[in-house]
Amino acid sequence: MTMSEQVPGTNRATQVVDDRNTTSTETASGHWMQVTDVAAYYGDRMAISGVSMTIKPRAATAIIGPSGCGKSTFIRCLNRMHEVGLGVNRVTGSVLLDGHDIYGRSVDPVQVRRYIGMVFQRPNPFPSMSIYDNVVAGIKLTRSPSRTELDETVERCLNQAALWDEVKDKLKASGSSLSGGQQQRLCIARSLAMQPHVLLMDEPCSALDPIATFKIETLINELKRQYTIVIVTHNMQQASRVADETAFFLAGEERIGKLVEFGPTNQLFTNPTDSRTEAYITGRFG
Amino acid sequence: MADTGTLSFKVSPVSPLAPDGRYLARKFYGRFMAGMITVAALVGVSVLWLILGYVIVRGAPAINLDFFTQRPLPYGEVGGGIAPSITGTLLILVVAAVIGVPVGLGCGIYLAEYGRGTIVEVIRFCSDLVAGLPSIVVGVFVWALLVRQVVGNFSGLAGAVSLSIIMIPIIVRTVEAVLLLVPYTLREAALALGVPKWRMVISVVLPSARAGIITGLVLSVARAGGETAPLLLTTLGNQFFSWNLLEPVGAIPIQLYNYAVAPYPDWHTKAWGAAFVLISVIGILSTLARVATRGNNR
Repeated sequence: MTMSEQVPGTNRATQVVDDRNTTSTETASGHWMQVTDVAAYYGDRMAISGVSMTIKPRAATAIIGPSGCGKSTFIRCLNRMHEVGLGVNRVTGSVLLDGHDIYGRSVDPVQVRRYIGMVFQRPNPFPSMSIYDNVVAGIKLTRSPSRTELDETVERCLNQAALWDEVKDKLKASGSSLSGGQQQRLCIARSLAMQPHVLLMDEPCSALDPIATFKIETLINELKRQYTIVIVTHNMQQASRVADETAFFLAGEERIGKLVEFGPTNQLFTNPTDSRTEAYITGRFG
Repeated sequence: MADTGTLSFKVSPVSPLAPDGRYLARKFYGRFMAGMITVAALVGVSVLWLILGYVIVRGAPAINLDFFTQRPLPYGEVGGGIAPSITGTLLILVVAAVIGVPVGLGCGIYLAEYGRGTIVEVIRFCSDLVAGLPSIVVGVFVWALLVRQVVGNFSGLAGAVSLSIIMIPIIVRTVEAVLLLVPYTLREAALALGVPKWRMVISVVLPSARAGIITGLVLSVARAGGETAPLLLTTLGNQFFSWNLLEPVGAIPIQLYNYAVAPYPDWHTKAWGAAFVLISVIGILSTLARVATRGNNR
């Protein structure tokens, strides 16, 4: 069904690795994802079903919808975080990263997450680590980097996350000493340090005030020139401010989330094709 | 005078806020209960100070430099100390910790991070049973196994093993409890970076729970350090300095016991002195642990 299935399983993971070395983010056309007929389960309960979409490279794709429509479940399927946690959580269907199935039989979920980073709803810097160590935590905990590499990564990522000027004099301070918005940007820097192909953001601003939210949105607009971004948000204005494409999820009576409409953000908000989308964006339900 | 407006409001003749009988009764009852609780708290704390004060008063005459540096002398000779017991207790505790900490820590980590379903319940239940075993039963078991069989005589090793059996369930439960206090979001954050689970546990979860883990370890050492019954059956005690784990080794609780049951007033004073030293050793260990974990907590 996918190209990757013709490749012997053992090569698949290494192929993804090679990708990063040969295609620097400066020169490549970016990384894309293809989601086909994805369904996710919590134990026996189906949470989302039949989701298919293409996530464009170097663009921000927003997932919107009312509470309980499966937005968060869906985004967690994109880097295999859905299967983490208590209980037996399953995903069916296929999710391709640059054409390679991340649910392939020999693919290590740990490896997948190095290429598809994630920022969570509540800022979650590691409290036992300094700001510096938070940024390079991923690198330090997965390989043995040199001191110079660490220093460079810290400065590069904090700059990318628009946090460098605010923290450059207190890199040794604890990550939890920062404000909520700064902590969230620290978490973004921490994800960027892994040089991910794709960055997933699960309602990254829902715990932040409007000013911190504005900074993160500006940052997303900056980052999407280099990274492929998927952002879950309950805020439709936010989707229209940052996203190039928007997907609208809705759960029906049976509480199974489905993709109702997917398209360019402008079109979805100004001229939705589905009546339910129109009802939602005009505030008539949800 | 400024114009306060044309509207004027009537003051109601009866205040709705006036205290009624039930309010006064409730107030009295509240004061009474608060007083009772305060008394309970004072009694609880004063027991500690009574014991501590009495031990110090009775033991003080025995405390001098010799008490910490000399070996015990036969009755009739003036002076002597309990030094072999102090070194013996430290030796046994170190060995017990070497055995008990990895097992207890590993078991606690398993319960909190890896275990799923029935096996977790089974392990927890067994651990609670071991924690509830009378320590003399542990002593008898180790005596039958190590003293009678494997080693063949009373030994420091047997004492350390019996103390480690007492330490393990304490460590298991505290480690599990403090690891479960670490927010799940931190585990998610680490996993989402592509960090393997074992690395996440070692580098993110354990450091976040560091203070609690150390407290648990110290608690278990303190508990084991005061145990007497299992040591009587396993290490026997020794009046001379001994670092040989396969031979009888001195221990403060044993020395205390021997002095206390003897008919000589001088030895009774030494028993109080030994009690004071035992409390101090445990107090110092706890303080060191507190200092070590201070400031790194958050």
